[in-house]
Amino acid sequence: MIGYVLRRLVLMIPVAFLVTIIVFALIRLTPGDPVLVYAGEEKDPVALDALRHEYGLDQPMPVQYVSWLTHAMRGDLGRSLRTRQPVTEAIVERIPATLTLGVTALALSITVALAVGTLSALKRNSPLDLLATGLTIAGVSLPNFFLGLVLILLFALVVRALPPGGYVALASDPLDGLRHLVLPAVTLATASTAVTLRQVRSSLLDVFAQDYMRTARAKGLRERTVVTRHAMKNALIPVVTIIGLQVGAVLEGAIITESIFSWPGVGRLAVDSIAGRDYPVVQAIVLLSALSFMLSTLVVDVLYTRLDPRISFGDGGR
Amino acid sequence: MRSWLRRHPRIVIGGSLALLLILAAIFAPAIAPYEPTAVDVSQSLEPPSGAHWLGTDDLGRDVFSRTLYGSRISLSVGLIAVGIGLGIGVAIGLVAGYVGGLADLLLMRAIDALLAFPALVLAISITAALGPQIQNAMIAIGVVAIPLYSRLTRGQVLALREREFVTAARAVGARSTRIVARHILPNITNPLIVQATLSIAFAILAEATLSFLGLGAQPPTPTWGADINYSRSYLINAKWWMSVGPGLGIFLAVFSFNFLGDALRDALDPRLRRSG
Repeated sequence: MIGYVLRRLVLMIPVAFLVTIIVFALIRLTPGDPVLVYAGEEKDPVALDALRHEYGLDQPMPVQYVSWLTHAMRGDLGRSLRTRQPVTEAIVERIPATLTLGVTALALSITVALAVGTLSALKRNSPLDLLATGLTIAGVSLPNFFLGLVLILLFALVVRALPPGGYVALASDPLDGLRHLVLPAVTLATASTAVTLRQVRSSLLDVFAQDYMRTARAKGLRERTVVTRHAMKNALIPVVTIIGLQVGAVLEGAIITESIFSWPGVGRLAVDSIAGRDYPVVQAIVLLSALSFMLSTLVVDVLYTRLDPRISFGDGGR
Repeated sequence: MRSWLRRHPRIVIGGSLALLLILAAIFAPAIAPYEPTAVDVSQSLEPPSGAHWLGTDDLGRDVFSRTLYGSRISLSVGLIAVGIGLGIGVAIGLVAGYVGGLADLLLMRAIDALLAFPALVLAISITAALGPQIQNAMIAIGVVAIPLYSRLTRGQVLALREREFVTAARAVGARSTRIVARHILPNITNPLIVQATLSIAFAILAEATLSFLGLGAQPPTPTWGADINYSRSYLINAKWWMSVGPGLGIFLAVFSFNFLGDALRDALDPRLRRSG
């Protein structure tokens, strides 16, 4: 087991290396002289040359990359062009807000998907099943920015039950924090819920058709035991993969959701930085989201091997 | 063909919806009651009525006409981006799967690196770097779609490569390019069609998100995402209709291609069929 995790970590290194090259190259894709990215209003050639030297832009590209990478590995991702704040600091202070929203949305989507998906599969073609399937299709086709605006209109402006945006830390005022969390969390969770629910339902239906289910019933087990012990355990294996992918979906959904609900997290920082052409911040956020997505994929793969004894650790590559 | 369609009514439903959207986009100039960019301040912020089916925005522009024209951007980005992803992705998959060895190893690590990014994050950062333009949005969404096709193609090629008809073709002296083009590609078109249809839905959603963030086509060009973003400031005054048109546009377009893709998957690729 530990050997498997280590092996996967080692295999991740070349991919992580390529990821850093892509992220580094992205900022260099920007048309025009790269120094203009840092220069702001500065036009004087002498001052531009000084800037070029300060940022090492007069060095050959590979040297620039290695210097950027060694700094990044020490946690130094440069400074924001707009605020001059160190990028790492700007991101770290916004992580609690993003984690609060992301974890809540993920927990919400997994809970609803498992509960409704299971009921849906158990009572196939019932009104509940048809409603759930219909909502699933709607959930994946509705862009989250539109959903968010509709929810703000309905629950903050028409009914006035919830605040239209803003963030209150759960630790400082739990009740008000929760009230602010409801709409963004539902917005962010909807698409993931739809995708996971669909997988829960279809893999349960697949499992229900297996011979061992009939065997379990034939040997007189209670229906409850049959469903929880025999069906769920096997049906969850593909669901785990889908949930792993939802971590990525939540990361990218947070960008939109946070900016709609004025949620002071990393996603909103990304949007503000894109609008303000603050490339070092954008670069850092892209790098961090790729690395966290890679890590979550690894965690899911490890869980997968725990759940499915048919996968052996020895040859458990991708 | 006709009896095949009769056995798969969902393809007919999804296909008709998609076709309807494409026709609406092509004939938008003929259907739209107003010019999408025609400003008429005397008609500013009118609620839906007989004259303006979906109301007007703050500049008095007709929301229905803008929604109709918005479909042209969404669908062309969808089709072109998927074209880019399909073309490059299949080529990479064919080389990796058929040639194998070092080429396979290197190409697949590059694909792994692309897959390490959450798709939309990558699309956003590519467009932000290249500059906010509709062509760049197409390129970004296309690049993000490449891994899907190369992995799918590579997997199919690996499965087909050792089949008897390929060995037979090789035995009679056919060259690799001929084997790939005449014997392998025709056998993998079905899963590619399914994937392409589903990716059009993804691409339309991604384009809407990029335009919402101001990274797609620039104003005054009507696009669904940008128009929804524009309507946000009027939401507070309960001028809800400004965002309903483009919102429904995105929903319908994404839904049609998702629905069609699912139906095609069930019909064309029985191995991938989901229960229920």
